Amino acid sequence: MATIELKQVEKRFGEAYAVKPLDLTIPDGEFIVLLGPSGCGKTTTLRMISGLETVTAGQILLNDKNVTWLHPSARDIAFVFQFYALYPHLSVRNNIAFPLQAQGEKKDVIDERIKQVVELLRIEHLLGSRPGSLSGGDKQRVALARALVRRPQAFLMDEPLGALDADLRETMRAEIRQLQLRLNATTVYVTHDQIEAMAMGDRIVVMSAAVVQQAGTPTEVYYNPANLFVAKFIGSPGMNLVQGAFADGAVRLPGDNQYLMPDGWKNSIARNENLIVGFRPESAHVNAEGALRGNVYASDMHGSYNMLHVNMQGDHVVHLRAERGTHYPIGANIRFDIDPEMVRFFNPQNEMALRKN
Amino acid sequence: MSSFAETGPRRPVTESIRVDKVSPGARATGAVRAVVVVLVALIMLIPIFVMLITAFKTRIDVTASPPKVFFQPTLEGIVLLFTNRAIAAPGRQEELRQLAREGKLNIFEQIALDSGQEITGASPYVGRIINSLLIAGISTALSVFLGVLAGYAFSRFSLPGKDDLLFFILSTRMLPAIVVTIPLFLMFRQVGLYDSHLGMILLYTVFNLSFAVWLMKGFFDEIPREYEEAALVDGYSRLETFRKIVLPQSLSGIAATTVFCLIFAWNEYAFALMMTSEKARTAPPSIPSMIGRGGVEWAAIAAGSLGFLIPVIIIVFALRKYLLRGVTFGAIRQ
Ligand SMILES: Nc1ncnc2c1ncn2[C@@H]1O[C@H](COP(=O)(O)OP(=O)(O)O)[C@@H](O)[C@H]1O
Ligand SMILES: [Mg+2]
Repeated sequence: MATIELKQVEKRFGEAYAVKPLDLTIPDGEFIVLLGPSGCGKTTTLRMISGLETVTAGQILLNDKNVTWLHPSARDIAFVFQFYALYPHLSVRNNIAFPLQAQGEKKDVIDERIKQVVELLRIEHLLGSRPGSLSGGDKQRVALARALVRRPQAFLMDEPLGALDADLRETMRAEIRQLQLRLNATTVYVTHDQIEAMAMGDRIVVMSAAVVQQAGTPTEVYYNPANLFVAKFIGSPGMNLVQGAFADGAVRLPGDNQYLMPDGWKNSIARNENLIVGFRPESAHVNAEGALRGNVYASDMHGSYNMLHVNMQGDHVVHLRAERGTHYPIGANIRFDIDPEMVRFFNPQNEMALRKN
Repeated sequence: MSSFAETGPRRPVTESIRVDKVSPGARATGAVRAVVVVLVALIMLIPIFVMLITAFKTRIDVTASPPKVFFQPTLEGIVLLFTNRAIAAPGRQEELRQLAREGKLNIFEQIALDSGQEITGASPYVGRIINSLLIAGISTALSVFLGVLAGYAFSRFSLPGKDDLLFFILSTRMLPAIVVTIPLFLMFRQVGLYDSHLGMILLYTVFNLSFAVWLMKGFFDEIPREYEEAALVDGYSRLETFRKIVLPQSLSGIAATTVFCLIFAWNEYAFALMMTSEKARTAPPSIPSMIGRGGVEWAAIAAGSLGFLIPVIIIVFALRKYLLRGVTFGAIRQ
């Protein structure tokens, strides 16, 4: 297994940037997730690491060796495609054997390695079939087997679960993560699904518009988003973001609401007249004595909790999580509080998070 | 009396009126369509049928009016087509009859003898069929081979001036053959390609190439690049990837292209008539010129046309599955 390092790697198609200069170091054995909306450059980044796409500038290092201009076949990296790319004219066995044949392995070695990997993935019974006759989940397992069988330096996966049903996606998510941990395999995993990213990644690299917005552990990107984009993109729904103005130790919010500035922020905020207050739905609590007011605009049942859509006036709707069993009729006026530990502030001009100090 | 709107139909409805399900109406249309197809096919086959029976008619039956459908079949036409004959002198005829009685003459010699002739050798038609086979076969192989390589390049790589090149290649097909034959004829005569196998092979190869390139490009475009990319990261070079991944998946496209090129080269008439005389003459221009001593030998012409059809029928039949795919340009997915 290997470390992967990207140094100022960029890709332009004509004049348009698909990936703006990007620095990223992926330590050995890490499961790193590239997360972002469609078109933000995730696939391009992955393809540059694999060598399927050339870089416009920058360097790619694999185990400290510069592989920037190495042919994909010489990099010893496995790629799992979104639509599996199983060779339709070969049986499952020959699909899995294919990368080993490229290395000129002997037949008994190939048989042995195939045996191990199909046992690991529990797909022995599929060996004789053609890829076309398999279900989505089985295709994905075969694609994984083909990637695993050659014991590559690293795995690259481009939305490997994107084409599966929701149920199966959850099963496969756990399977992939489990395999990765067992093999301690350096893995770069691309997805646009933030739930998948949160569930699987050791670290998440959030991308948008060809730029890395933030790289950090799931906890970091969830609780301490670096900017408004990350705050909105992570979580469903994303962070509540409310325009406010700071004056006299309190933040004025829409609808004549006042939010007393928690300790520790005052120094960094004094400079900013206008700011954006951010909080997660679960960081706000409905409370008869709460400082903030609004009225219930809609309420969704989510099983273990209810999601309240609360109108704070001025067209500001925020989402609050209410306990299961509580009931707030539509139109009811309610009060709520925000956990002072969990509130975040952003600069409305550059959209960056403000730091506590 | 209660209205339909109140009571609904008398029997429960178990048929669908969804347009995306096959309705009974659509099924009936299917049957009608089948009948129409069979009828059209029968009508189209009438000339072939006439040709078939003509090939086995005697000289007298051929010209009978109204045409005979029931007649005594003979191989006369076949003999006329494939052999050169000479009138046998009366003494020689006697000798031959003796041989025939001893069973030493084959059926063709006997037929010739019946009209007082002796077979002196194979007719030029045999050589022309061989020319046709050589020229059509080699030129097809060449244009398919080149078409596969060029089609792949056009499909996968960004070449400078790619669109212009593709258009240029197509434009070589825009003028009808008749228009280009005269200048080609002059050029061929200058460089010594007139009436040569090489000349005809080159001509058909070039003529088919544009078609082969476009057709193969279409087939390659249909194969997702991901398979090749998977093979590249699996450790294979471009060429190996082409051989192990792309070629096996484009077999049906190659088959379709082959059939189209072969049919063109096999059937081509105008160029062959102008560019060849003796040595490299192919079968198509020689069939209608088969005029015997006693007038037009219709049976021989019919037999020649029939024999000429057989290879095409066999190939089209063997590859019909791919041919359909070729015609629809991959509208049918596997
Ligand atoms: N081969 C290409 N030629 C031109 N533009 C491309 C090419 N590949 C990707 N792009 C563009 O680069 C941007 C990033 O694409 P991609 O990396 O596929 O995004 P993602 O995988 O995050 O959805 C997109 O705007 C896309 O249109
Ligand atoms: Mg993508």
